[in-house]
Amino acid sequence: MSTNANLHGITAELETALPTTLFRFATAGSVDDGKSTLVGRLLHDSKAILADTLDAVARTSADRGFGGSAGGIDLALLTDGLRAEREQGITIDVAYRYFATDQRSFILADCPGHVQYTKNTVTGASTADAVVVLIDARKGVLEQTRRHLSVLQLLRVAHVIVAVNKIDLVDFSESVFREIQADVQQVARELGIGAAALGTADHIDDLLVIPVSALDGDNVVDRSERTPWYDGPALLEVLETLPAADEIDTQLESFRFPVQLVIRPQGALAPDAVAGGLDVEAYRDYRAYAGQITEGSVKVGDKVSVLTPGQAARTTTVTGIDFAGESLQEAFAPQSVAIRLAEEFDVARGDTIAAAGTFPESTADLYAALCWLSPKPLREGAKVLVKHGTRTVQALVRSVSGKLDLATFKLEGASSLELNDIGHAQLRLAAPLPLENYLHHRRTGAFLVIDPLDGNTLAAGLVKDHPGDHEDERYSI
Amino acid sequence: MSTFLTEETTQVTEAAVSTRLSSLDALESEAIHIIREVVAEFEKPALLFSGGKDSVVMLHLATKAFWPGKVPFPVLHVDTGHNFPEVIDFRDRTVERLGLKLVVGSVQEFIDRGELAERADGTRNPLQTVPLLDAISQNKFDAVFGGGRRDEDKARAKERILSLRDEFGQWDPRNQRPELWNLYNGRHTVGQHVRAFPISNWTELDIWRYIERENIELPGLYYAHDREVFARDGMWRAVGEVSQPLPHEEVIVKTVRYRTVGDMSCTGAVESDAATVSDVVIEVAASTITERGATRADDRISEAAMEDRKKDGYF
Repeated sequence: MSTNANLHGITAELETALPTTLFRFATAGSVDDGKSTLVGRLLHDSKAILADTLDAVARTSADRGFGGSAGGIDLALLTDGLRAEREQGITIDVAYRYFATDQRSFILADCPGHVQYTKNTVTGASTADAVVVLIDARKGVLEQTRRHLSVLQLLRVAHVIVAVNKIDLVDFSESVFREIQADVQQVARELGIGAAALGTADHIDDLLVIPVSALDGDNVVDRSERTPWYDGPALLEVLETLPAADEIDTQLESFRFPVQLVIRPQGALAPDAVAGGLDVEAYRDYRAYAGQITEGSVKVGDKVSVLTPGQAARTTTVTGIDFAGESLQEAFAPQSVAIRLAEEFDVARGDTIAAAGTFPESTADLYAALCWLSPKPLREGAKVLVKHGTRTVQALVRSVSGKLDLATFKLEGASSLELNDIGHAQLRLAAPLPLENYLHHRRTGAFLVIDPLDGNTLAAGLVKDHPGDHEDERYSI
Repeated sequence: MSTFLTEETTQVTEAAVSTRLSSLDALESEAIHIIREVVAEFEKPALLFSGGKDSVVMLHLATKAFWPGKVPFPVLHVDTGHNFPEVIDFRDRTVERLGLKLVVGSVQEFIDRGELAERADGTRNPLQTVPLLDAISQNKFDAVFGGGRRDEDKARAKERILSLRDEFGQWDPRNQRPELWNLYNGRHTVGQHVRAFPISNWTELDIWRYIERENIELPGLYYAHDREVFARDGMWRAVGEVSQPLPHEEVIVKTVRYRTVGDMSCTGAVESDAATVSDVVIEVAASTITERGATRADDRISEAAMEDRKKDGYF
């Protein structure tokens, strides 16, 4: 397990020798459950906070008469970035924080839990490998907790960890913890969170529930002696060992590559590459498709299909995978590369290259779950833009077929969606898109709904199968 | 370099393919994806290039994103007139080597025309906003790449990767678009532009490890060298044309290096023996002070110094 002694910054030479991997996680919680303090504690105890930052926070803490532990430092101040946040003692927007251990570099999206919690949680969770949900040990599972877990299940976050915080304020009581743990697992069962329901892998048997005190540091970085009845890992140990989302679902069959742009320099070769000995003649007719692999892997010689919406799929062979002068034999998600194909197809931005024979027909009928993130409500008949992969098309909202009651997980009737609502809708697209079910394709199953008037993002969209062939009716989202 | 034309003649890297990228490779792929998105979706992007390490890394990423083609946008530098001469020299050599167009916005010209006033403290860093916004509107840039990183500052920690700026270049931190998955929404109306920060998720240590791994050239003042300095505001300031000691400030020669490179008039040097990139990686990994706290007088003014400048249109 990790201890302070082997965390970031002690042996740079060793760290350089052993490349770390990246792990993205988010925190979600209700107001006053100590989330900012937990984040501050993780940063503080993993030595990610440097002396001058800590001094500034200590001065502000003293000015405000803060008397907590950690040497009288209000750890929550470490994450409050904006003037209004520090003045009002609240967190307004998602903040990103960085720390590292010998094993991993962490990107932490700290999502505030007040009014716009759905917007913030959806934003943080959309890129997260794991989400830590906080519960106040004195309050137990709240409606807000159910809502958070519901959103995380909707987004199919790979790992969910529940931290029962302020365990010091209930005298490190095992019975209080066990009761909350049982409640959490009950909610998880109702939601279908856990390995069986995720259907992806057996990486998590159940939701992990950890008793912590963010204020004092119990079970955050190191296991606590004050919770002898808890024999599980500390939070950071879990974060260091969980497989990242793209480790779980990297597989050849599902290779997906939305084309961002065509690299075709013709005469305009990079002068530094030419000076470095690039064979100008050989590269005169160079043509490759640049993008980031969203899923799976690809090898030179693989059969792939080029999907241009509105056209029949064209099948060809990968003749090369280039990355800035290197020729790769194989590439995998989430690498950014440039792919060369055997045939001189007309391929452009917005097309998708996929493993041959694995991709669905494009469709102009979009059935989706929408997380509505704008104060401007969604109405039936509205014209919007849909951004999917590298393509943006116009769309008409044909119908809203219901709104999710996040506390009961039931769909109720609705004909509009408002800020923080999650609902089902049917859209008609002006041009067909190669849509895939979000349950199985986190990238090609996701899209944005954009306001054509001011360009603002209105909703996060998750592609569902057409009504009737939906395989996950039990949990209706 | 072998020819790409046929499979038979393609030299293949024989490295074992892992199913997991290292953190540096993951950050590099993310940055290149963002750079390509912006180039594909905007009419006229430009890259802020000061010769500082973050902008040098940005330019390096751009060359990788479009290889073997040229970087398909110009670079923009806001010259305060207080820059280190060796950094300006480095800037010009880099632009020449990559065959880029350089657009310069000059603080001095604005001062000479009476459109900007010199500050009492002599610092010109905050004066960059006006020439920056002027260059953006004169050249009709609709997207401007910056090397800003979220670990630099509390306000930056809350900024989006694509950050919308209004007609006045202002950032509204309370009204930002949610950024979901890897789908970046860069839509903007006439007069608005977008600042793009592809290395948002990199830390100072990531930058240095990447510079080491990719063997990227930097201006020499990032490495330990002997320099005439004097102490001011708890930092070592270089002696130069625009950075003169007051009578009571004693000039001494120290072995120093710079962790950030801004104006001579507000950037401090740190005492260091780190003469090579691997020395610097070790030094940064062990450092207990943030780079801005150690070396930037302009960020010490208040807890919200960066936030206030950003709201006004700063980088």
